[in-house]
Amino acid sequence: MRCRQVVDKISEYLDGELDPELVRELERHLEHCEDCRVIVDTTRKTVEVFCHTEPAPLPNDVRERLNQMFAQKFCKEDPS
Amino acid sequence: MPAHLENEQDLVAAAKAGDSDAFVRLLNQYSRHIYRLAVSITGNRHDAEDVLQEASLKAFTALVDFQGNSRFYTWLVRIAVNVALGKLRKRAMWKESSLDEPRQGEDGSFIPLEIESWGEDPEKACLNSELQQILTEVIQTLDPKSRTIFTLRDVEKFSIEETATMLGLSIPVVKTRLLRARLKLREELTKYFGKDARNAMPTSRR
Repeated sequence: MRCRQVVDKISEYLDGELDPELVRELERHLEHCEDCRVIVDTTRKTVEVFCHTEPAPLPNDVRERLNQMFAQKFCKEDPS
Repeated sequence: MPAHLENEQDLVAAAKAGDSDAFVRLLNQYSRHIYRLAVSITGNRHDAEDVLQEASLKAFTALVDFQGNSRFYTWLVRIAVNVALGKLRKRAMWKESSLDEPRQGEDGSFIPLEIESWGEDPEKACLNSELQQILTEVIQTLDPKSRTIFTLRDVEKFSIEETATMLGLSIPVVKTRLLRARLKLREELTKYFGKDARNAMPTSRR
């Protein structure tokens, strides 16, 4: 397997969707190619950092306006 | 993807029966995720707030038709994505090419340029709030279609198939865009977290 093919297969490799024979070829390539090891490692970390980071709390002003919008809507629908 | 509310099915049933408090509790569980998704897709907080409000209202109105075949969150995301894409289409951004097209070889593959290992893991290198700011910034370097695909697949953890269905795209298109998005974001984050990173961190914690 060449470096270009490793880059093309990174997504499937990281998602565990690559054919086992290609996984073996790719990992054999990684054993002797430092550049590809770095690219695979930092791509994995990229996916992980997005996947693991929790969203910030909703900004207070955004939450207030959302609540106000529903309060008005519910008021209109249920005047009692 | 956020955790299920324990009593979600009961809340959905109550909301469908007209209990507005139950609907607000459902919404409060997921609103920050919907807002983050909307910021990623639209690229700005003003539009994201519009998306959150509009999607919430649509969900409330359409709740009687919710059959419970998927998670309530999945259903809410589908509505929010449609609203957000509607905004992009109005701004004619959905079909627009990126200003910064990925570098491609003759066979169309992406050619990585930044080949530099990272120092500390990003979670250790900066505060969570700083990390969120960086992630929000770098995702905007993608074109709208790619950042929507990346957000649904890698941030919200929907499957390739679900992502393709939500966006009306083929699975090969989603896979190709996802690969390029991951490689592009890897390069952008290397500017922050690479051992010889050039970008200054938001604070001097490097």
